[in-house]
Amino acid sequence: MNKQFRLIYSIVIVLLAIIATFLLSSVILLVLGANIPKTFYTILISPLTKMGHISEVLIRAIPLCIIALGVSVAYRSGIINIGAEGQMAMGILAFTAVALACPNVPKPILLPFALLMAALGGALWGFIPGILKAKLQVSELLSTVMLNYIAAQFYSFCLRVVMLDPAEKVNGSGTPQSMRLTSNIELGRITGRLHYGIVIAIVLAVFVYLLMWKTSYGYKMRASGSQSRAAKYGGINVSSYLAVAMIISGAFAGLAGGVEIAGVHRRAIEGVTNNYGFSAVVVALFGGLHPLGIIPASFFFALIIYGSTLAPRAVNVPANIVQVMQGLIIIVIVTTQMILSNKYLEDRVYRKVKHIFEKEAK
Amino acid sequence: MDVLINILAMTVPFSVALLLASIGEMFNQRAGVFNLGCEGIMAIGAFVGMLIPFLVGRGGAVPLYYNFVGIILAALLGALLGLFFGLVCVTFRAPQGIAGIGLQMFGVGTAGTLFRHFVGGTQSIPGLPTMPIPALSKIPVLGEIFFSHNIMVYLAFIFVPISCYILFRTPWGLKVRAVGTYPRAADTMGINVNRTRYEALMVGGALAGIAGAYLSICQAKMFSDELIAGRGFIAVALVYFGHWHPVKIMLGALLFSLAQTIQYNVQGLGLSLPYEFFVMLPYLVVIIVLSLTSKNQTMSPASLGKPFNREIRA
Amino acid sequence: MEDKIRLLSMEHITKRFPGVLASDDISIKVKEGEILALVGENGAGKTTLMNILMGIYQQDEGVIKINDKEVRFHGPEDAFKAGIGMVHQQYMLVPNMNVTENVALGYKKAWKPFKLDIDSVRKRVVEVSEHYGLYVNPDAYIWQLSVGEQQRVELVKTLCLGAKFLILDEPTSALTPQETDELILLLKKMKDELSIIFISHKLNEVKALSDNFTILRHGKVVFEGKTSDYAPSEIAAKMTGHEVKLPENKEKDMNGEVVLSLKDVCVKSDRGFLALDHFNLDVRAGEIVGLAGVSGNGQRELAEAINGLRSVECGTITFLGEDLANKSPYYVIDHGMGYIPEERNIEGIVPPFAIRENFILKDSDKSKFSQFKFLKKKVINENAETLRKDFDIRCPDTATSAGSLSGGNIQKVILAREITRAPKFLIAVYPTRGLDLGAIEFIHEQLLKKRREGIGILLISEELDEIINLSDRVAVIYKGSIQKVLKHNEATRSSLGILMAGVKE
Repeated sequence: MNKQFRLIYSIVIVLLAIIATFLLSSVILLVLGANIPKTFYTILISPLTKMGHISEVLIRAIPLCIIALGVSVAYRSGIINIGAEGQMAMGILAFTAVALACPNVPKPILLPFALLMAALGGALWGFIPGILKAKLQVSELLSTVMLNYIAAQFYSFCLRVVMLDPAEKVNGSGTPQSMRLTSNIELGRITGRLHYGIVIAIVLAVFVYLLMWKTSYGYKMRASGSQSRAAKYGGINVSSYLAVAMIISGAFAGLAGGVEIAGVHRRAIEGVTNNYGFSAVVVALFGGLHPLGIIPASFFFALIIYGSTLAPRAVNVPANIVQVMQGLIIIVIVTTQMILSNKYLEDRVYRKVKHIFEKEAK
Repeated sequence: MDVLINILAMTVPFSVALLLASIGEMFNQRAGVFNLGCEGIMAIGAFVGMLIPFLVGRGGAVPLYYNFVGIILAALLGALLGLFFGLVCVTFRAPQGIAGIGLQMFGVGTAGTLFRHFVGGTQSIPGLPTMPIPALSKIPVLGEIFFSHNIMVYLAFIFVPISCYILFRTPWGLKVRAVGTYPRAADTMGINVNRTRYEALMVGGALAGIAGAYLSICQAKMFSDELIAGRGFIAVALVYFGHWHPVKIMLGALLFSLAQTIQYNVQGLGLSLPYEFFVMLPYLVVIIVLSLTSKNQTMSPASLGKPFNREIRA
Repeated sequence: MEDKIRLLSMEHITKRFPGVLASDDISIKVKEGEILALVGENGAGKTTLMNILMGIYQQDEGVIKINDKEVRFHGPEDAFKAGIGMVHQQYMLVPNMNVTENVALGYKKAWKPFKLDIDSVRKRVVEVSEHYGLYVNPDAYIWQLSVGEQQRVELVKTLCLGAKFLILDEPTSALTPQETDELILLLKKMKDELSIIFISHKLNEVKALSDNFTILRHGKVVFEGKTSDYAPSEIAAKMTGHEVKLPENKEKDMNGEVVLSLKDVCVKSDRGFLALDHFNLDVRAGEIVGLAGVSGNGQRELAEAINGLRSVECGTITFLGEDLANKSPYYVIDHGMGYIPEERNIEGIVPPFAIRENFILKDSDKSKFSQFKFLKKKVINENAETLRKDFDIRCPDTATSAGSLSGGNIQKVILAREITRAPKFLIAVYPTRGLDLGAIEFIHEQLLKKRREGIGILLISEELDEIINLSDRVAVIYKGSIQKVLKHNEATRSSLGILMAGVKE
């Protein structure tokens, strides 16, 4: 088997995967009776046509990127964190609590401190499933989902009761939201609504790269995730690295929540998490669990998330279509990876192809 | 006392969706496949289940059998999604946990998308009427708790012994247990491992679909994005809790729905905590139960989560 | 269908796996009532060939004929119908089902649409086991049975399904020498009714049982002959292609100090019963102690307990004056313990990691390979290149993932790492299982070299020849405790065999 064949084989498989994703999403669009090419144009291309749209895409890419970096750290360490949604909510609450408690502390102190607390809030929420898995072998897939629901309830309780805007209490519509936070916690804006969170995201990407690939901590975490038995044999304390990985992962999600409030909303309201926690799992996988891949992947998914919000008006397709596409993309990615790593299949295809060529040569 | 009876009388029908989905997931796991997409299948089942009576009645009265058309359609679509999951995880051997998350997103997303398009907002349907069992329903207390429900409740509970019989007394059950524990041995005995897993996934998917339809048609009598609310994941947790045995799963389903029922009776019980904390309760119970039971999993099917490949030696 | 198999032949069978020609134009023939031994080293293609005969694999080329008529088996069921049955080397029994249920898996006559006629299966099991004198309890769960009993169940199962033609894949590999003798007697008796293909690389068994033999090497038939015409040594030479004399430990006793001492150690197995039951053993510096025993008698748990991978219920493990019981693996490694684990593919290496990354598995924190927690890439690469050369690891480069290497090369990666870490003691668990003779020779030489350097070695193995060749003393383990410790000159196949079966004196 030669290299040329292997390359063509990989390209063909990836192309087939992309086509499969489009075809499967088209089935749903067909049921809706939507204009399929126009829908894909609206979601994938139209957000790139205007500067204003691009900055909206970037705004959404920031939390996706930060959370996905955290998810990739956990995934590489052998734990699938689908609880970022809840961790982000806890980060937002911690951030808001700091801002409400001490609005008069100067910005250079308050903003970093509030962001740190946001990270801590997320870290705490990530630590729970981490320690449960490490010590009691509780499946993180189930515990993180359950913690998402609990966090969502706690979040709505805080907004409705503890942190409720006093103005809403007096003469508002009863919208569960906090008051507008002090300007001392605001992240500056670069252009339009685009804020400096983008710098934080890139710095964190560099940090994750160095941590996972250049240090012995990262080495041990990746060893634990790749083959926990070998890691244990090698003297690595797998369960503590598992918990550490979840703390990092949760901290990233919490921080993303803080950044989102500081940069975009500037108060805690319903719907800030916007399913970013789940989308980030897709981003992390799509980005190959590597910072270099996660940065473009988060842009791509921010694009379809934003694009799908344009879809109801433009082509009369509900915005939920983005979730359909994300689900399909996850399935297609993991399937494609398995097909590409299947040497038996590759060998069989190779022999078939060779056979056909030999026949034609005769 | 009345509040207590009320709670218990609600617990029984509330447990049905969990019970059906969980027994379906049990068949998947007994065959060695961990299907975390249960939540997504339930969402689609719930949507199509209510769609049929909704389209027929448009808010008004609906001939009863359209409800069953909805349920059957939900089962068929569930089986189809099970088949799809089989393609991904059995044939292509994709990692099951993450593929399940994909299926969950796909299912929930699809149900939400189609719901907005075909239904729009909150629309209620008449649903299934209660069908008290003559004589039995007249027994004081017990009659109200166990024998005054709609027909799906009775069918679901009758299905518990039936699924025991299927699992332990039929050739198919024997195959399912063998391929989940030691697929290579089953293979050398001429059992088609992947085919059996596909079959189990279709059965599991159909049951999850019915469970979803039960929620929309019989329980909530409507559909919304929050209708499933993690019941698919709880159903997966229940399988662990019930040690892969239908009867224990049934007990688990009753326990969890009891936790869920309490939130509807908060005022009756005279509790003053904010309602959010009662909504949290069942999820909290899941985490606690998982923490107590996960460590000792000697009962679990030995090949759970492991794809089978005849040509690779284990 | 119930026709007798007067002649079974496989002609020009070819089967390819990625990168391997597992079966290259092989032809064999077996007549009614004949016992054919299929002989060859590990990886010669014996099992693949038999899996093709059972329909588990499909051949790429070639045909199978029964009584000169071509047949095609798409799965084991077709082979059962033709009257062929196989007992695999690794027993194919579902552990949490009972004997009857295991038979029922293949006994399609009992498969009614909505009911499994379990009673008829049970009757059949009793019938067959009485007919052949193979006693099994039809209601016992597989996990309750010993290895010898499980093998009887396998035979009964195969016969229940109507086999007139038996394939036995290394049937004696998990048996004690005495159990092996019993099995050979039994099979000789069954010869009147059955034809048998018998896979083995143990030549005394081949000699004792078979009428004819076929030798496979690298997927090819290299020799065929009548067993009675050749001596075992002749067959051995033909099997390996050349005279291989594995290294032997002929040196004098070193009489060093006791470095590892286990006293009354009790350890639980995964299932919760006592896998080590008041286990006692001393190993001195500069000696190899071979631990012989049928696998599953506590060997795995012993190695894991010493290395901190399994908790110790009671007793002490004294290593150079320190108690290792219930210490972390890191602590044990740090105190100079080297360990070649049983599961080389998933425990000894991190499969997706590069070879060079695997070399630092135990040392990523050491100042040699990292500074301020940052890895020293250059040192790691140089270290890998050196080890690759010294240990003759065949790989494209050291960035290759370790999991893609062959078994022999994986074992060399592990050995290279463990030996060059300068351990004060070495535990080797089944270090040569499944490897070819070249790799075995290399590993044996390395172990003897370490012994000469004054390192104590605990060698856990099920290959009696390996143990007898290398050990200064041989300890026999049975049901979690030491039966007896023999001197080098007392240890023979038969003396060890009796002890391994649990008989004391």
